Amino acid sequence: MNDREPLTFLMTQAAEYQEQANLVAHGSEPDKNDWRKYFGFSTDHKVIGIQYLVTTFIFYLMGGVLATLVRTELATPASDFVSREVYNSLFTVHATVMIFLWIVPAGTGGFGNYLIPLMIGARDMAFPRLNAIAFWIIPPAGILLMSSFFVGAPGSGWTSYPPLSLMNGKAGELIWILSVLLLGTSSILAAVNFIVTIFKMRIPGMGLNQMPLFCWAMLATSFLALVATPVLAGAMILLSFDLIVGTNFFNPTGGGDPIVYQHMFWFYSHPAVYIMILPVFGMISEIVSVHSRKPIFGYKAIAYSSVAICGLGLIVWAHHMFTSGTPPWLRMFFMITSMIIAVPTGIKVFSWLATIWGGKLRLESPLLFAMGFISLFVIGGISGVMVASVPWDIHVHDTYFIVAHLHYVLFGGSVFGLYAAFYHWFPKMTGRMLNETWGKIHFALSYVGFNLAFMPMHKLGIEGMNRRIAEYDPKFAALNLLCTIGAYLLAVSTLPFLVNVCWSWVYGEKASDNPWRGLTLEWMTTSPPPVENFDADPVLATGPYDYGMGSRATEVNVAFSDASDPVLSAGPSSTLRAKPDPAVAASPSDRVGESHNR
Amino acid sequence: MTGSTLDSAKTVLNHHHDAEVVAAHGAEHQDFRLLGIIVFLVAEGMIFLGLFMAYLTFRSVATEWPPAGTPRLELLLPGINTAILVSSSFVIHKADTAIKKNDVKGLRLWFGITAAMGAVFLAGQLYEYFHLEFGLTTNLFASTFYVLTGFHGLHVLFGLVLMLGVLWRSLKPDHYNSKSHFGVEAAEIYWHFVDIVWVILFLMLYIL
Repeated sequence: MNDREPLTFLMTQAAEYQEQANLVAHGSEPDKNDWRKYFGFSTDHKVIGIQYLVTTFIFYLMGGVLATLVRTELATPASDFVSREVYNSLFTVHATVMIFLWIVPAGTGGFGNYLIPLMIGARDMAFPRLNAIAFWIIPPAGILLMSSFFVGAPGSGWTSYPPLSLMNGKAGELIWILSVLLLGTSSILAAVNFIVTIFKMRIPGMGLNQMPLFCWAMLATSFLALVATPVLAGAMILLSFDLIVGTNFFNPTGGGDPIVYQHMFWFYSHPAVYIMILPVFGMISEIVSVHSRKPIFGYKAIAYSSVAICGLGLIVWAHHMFTSGTPPWLRMFFMITSMIIAVPTGIKVFSWLATIWGGKLRLESPLLFAMGFISLFVIGGISGVMVASVPWDIHVHDTYFIVAHLHYVLFGGSVFGLYAAFYHWFPKMTGRMLNETWGKIHFALSYVGFNLAFMPMHKLGIEGMNRRIAEYDPKFAALNLLCTIGAYLLAVSTLPFLVNVCWSWVYGEKASDNPWRGLTLEWMTTSPPPVENFDADPVLATGPYDYGMGSRATEVNVAFSDASDPVLSAGPSSTLRAKPDPAVAASPSDRVGESHNR
Repeated sequence: MTGSTLDSAKTVLNHHHDAEVVAAHGAEHQDFRLLGIIVFLVAEGMIFLGLFMAYLTFRSVATEWPPAGTPRLELLLPGINTAILVSSSFVIHKADTAIKKNDVKGLRLWFGITAAMGAVFLAGQLYEYFHLEFGLTTNLFASTFYVLTGFHGLHVLFGLVLMLGVLWRSLKPDHYNSKSHFGVEAAEIYWHFVDIVWVILFLMLYIL
């Protein structure tokens, strides 16, 4: 026992049964990790997952450089750093890169690919070659998009509304359309793979109600990607015809309607934000449970709320169009659905808080970033409910209030969540531990930098500062300078992480199979796992969150709940618990019958 | 499922190893490829649905539809084309029935006929395009007409390519038999999809 695992002596019987059922055979020769496989066409989901994560992180850095340039321009009211046209391109490409080349592929292709087969006990995804193809679309599409700077990058915002997007810079716009089409295709192919894999390749004993919450989240995400992304493709096709051939789909003087573009665009782009956050929700469920060493509160509530978000997410899109001439009765409908969607999200937040409450907290980087995520995402969610209200949105649409909201949910939410996931699963992926001190420094700098950069934007928006402009009224100068300083701090905060990852990957302390003593199946194999994930088919001896369930007497007092005395725990009698199939119960004396779960 | 047959500790070059994994992959679990195709067709359906909704929206907000001066679409040729495409779905199904009875010759015959019918459909489309009195940019109806039917036509072409691929593979002895004929079923399901999309398109553009 090394001091990496001070809680070893508190190991629960559930974990013990799970690990004993899945004893890992360590080969006599160390796994020769050939780095060249990461540059080739590999069908191994773990290699592909890491390829996605590294590639998307590189694009994140590029998007971050663009953001830093944007904030540099906005440090002063005048357009004195870059020309207005260049400024427009900076924020356009910044957003396009962050959405399509960072958050969507990192959450789905990166962590989704890496974790799903491991978590369900499979050897790989259902379609490994399709998986590789979906990944290899990303680098060329990204390079294509970045190359648009050589011909005049697109400058109409990542939303690219016609007629503006069809007016100037046609080459840049065409490049934008092509990259979006390519990246959307990648997303759809990955979604097909995830859906079939999750439904069909779980080990016996793992029914849908026994699988980790990350898998539920990925199921909901994949369904959204499958159904919504093609509509974006349709919008891109029509836009490209208007651009190249001179049709008038979105041109009123030719009989067309620019609002049709907005509907088609947002029909995808609103679910896109759920595609960007659902995988993170799933990962946070995993992380808070493991690092609080406590069963997740409300497993079924969290699982089904993901499905609810998926369904509701498809009927809220026109809240992005409250000021586009949408008729009042339609705005009312979308206002109501947009407010309702806060409910399943809130269910998750309360469940995570209830999980952390009273837990044996391991306050290290994964949990710090997870808690950072919860706090920042809630702020973003509150501003979200505010803008869901039509009267409020009419006031703040196209202002910095929206910029504040979107960054709180996408950066404070998705990116902080992705960081939490990096810290949590890095040991599994690389077999090395990340340096914890630098992790805490990274967290502190990120949290402070982020809030400094984006909190003032709420006020800027309410006071009327427009979005997407290089010049602004001098009365906004002081707050803008504050935001720019915060942005620079955020930029700097990336460095400890980058150095930590690069250094630790090669020289970091070697990780054990299960450094966090987790119960989900990815921890029941070596770090990193062998090519086929498990030496033998894994056996499910416990539910995914059954900390303290095995012997009933552990370091965490997991109380029993009844009608007269409900407690904040997912105790054995909780209906919301991820009840393990009785055939695979933790304690052998509790096992009953044959498993019918698939 | 059997235990791992590969000793990962002895792996040096993963690309070689991956090839073994790929080869072994098919034997490890049921064939989910048909389910994969069906899931993918949901996405394909949504792209057409998006385009249909755009068309319906343009139509509903227009004061006059088709816009003034648009020549009426004749129904004879497209009607015949529709009949050909719809019946080709029944023909391709005969091919599936044949291969389920291990009748490769039957498979080739019926796939060949379906492919020919598809080709006739495409030829009919092209003939119609060249004889229509409006072009891609004439007006909004014309633009949506060409984009929708053209996009569909591309899918018919792809279906034709799939069928030709299956025909080519059927030359290999015992490649398709009563137990293993994924390619046949995949091509058939795709063809049915293309057919259903056409029926909706035809109703929307020509009839309603």
